[in-house]
Amino acid sequence: MFAAAIIVFREVLEAALIISIVLGASRGIAARGRWVAAGVAAGIAGASIVAASAGVIAQSFSSTGQPLLDATILLIAVAMLSWHNIWMASHGRSLAAEMKALGNDVKTGNRPLTALMVITMMAVMREGSEVVLFLWAIAADGATRLGMLTGGFVGLLAGSLAGVLLYRGLLFIPVRHFFSVTSWLILLLTAGLASEAAGFLNQAGLLPALGQGLWNSSAILSQESAAGRLLHVLIGYTARPSGLQLLFYFVTLFGVYALMRQVGRTARYAQSGPAAKAAGAIPQR
Amino acid sequence: MKWSYMRALPLAFIGLAVCHSALADAPKVLLSIRHRHFVPQQLQVPAKTRVEVLVKNEDSIPAEFESADLSREVVVPGKSTVSVYVGPLSAGRYRFFNDFNPAAKGWVVSVPQRSD
Repeated sequence: MFAAAIIVFREVLEAALIISIVLGASRGIAARGRWVAAGVAAGIAGASIVAASAGVIAQSFSSTGQPLLDATILLIAVAMLSWHNIWMASHGRSLAAEMKALGNDVKTGNRPLTALMVITMMAVMREGSEVVLFLWAIAADGATRLGMLTGGFVGLLAGSLAGVLLYRGLLFIPVRHFFSVTSWLILLLTAGLASEAAGFLNQAGLLPALGQGLWNSSAILSQESAAGRLLHVLIGYTARPSGLQLLFYFVTLFGVYALMRQVGRTARYAQSGPAAKAAGAIPQR
Repeated sequence: MKWSYMRALPLAFIGLAVCHSALADAPKVLLSIRHRHFVPQQLQVPAKTRVEVLVKNEDSIPAEFESADLSREVVVPGKSTVSVYVGPLSAGRYRFFNDFNPAAKGWVVSVPQRSD
């Protein structure tokens, strides 16, 4: 039962961390809760479909169906997270200002909310399919596995709880610094997911590794340890990275950072007029 | 814009097909999961060659073949076989484990060929 709880906890924690960080990052946007809930529901549905067709997926595209699907899901998440972060670079400042002034949520239109929903859906779908597959097999095995099944649900609750705690923790950050902290968290998260996608693209045989295991830091911090796993999820820590993974990591990191700077500078310029500040509106270029 | 998409799509499929035909030539090695453990625990593969590892799950419970060293991660449903391509690897030992059963672990041992 304990082993099952740990396995499910780890999978759920990964999705929960991603969701709580994007929930934090979109703090102050009206109706985001509903969109995230929709994302979770869609993710669970997607995860069940993936789990139910695991056998078919595994055999498709000359046995590269699984890594291709994983890479696709990760790259969609990377695109949406980048978009969300770039959007926040231009709107975060006015959001924080309005939140302070009015003390309530701000209406922004649906664009960042769509990104939020898709990110949530991808995170739940990726980790959830493994949880569903694992629990399902146990359940189908009969009453002897009841303990493991209970363990699975304990893991599910514990993982979700950890996500809630992280979110609560993030809220302690003062509003003034809040969005710069969350945008850095998301930037590192995005680069990590891009490097993970690179691993899957190589696994599927689509891209060369450009050097397998350029260095090995397992002795300092094993990627299988609790801390190593946590850092892997949060900032993409990889003990033996391939050249391709490093390339994806740093191109994403610097590329998205450059776009955020660019957009942020334009937004600050537009906001320096008092009318723009009052309206919270940023003209599109 | 429309034209470029219409050209890019078949090209992408041809690319995929070429990659897959290259993969099909890789030498195969068998790795079984029996009573929730890997057999053999030391899996020898030739160095500097792309190898197809056939992971055969003989149990009814699903497993996840995972390796941080190789950046590989594949779910293997119960009573089924899934291919994982690894390498080309430089000579050395690469750890793998079953993410659904932490007690099950093993090593891919990449051995230099005589012609190297």
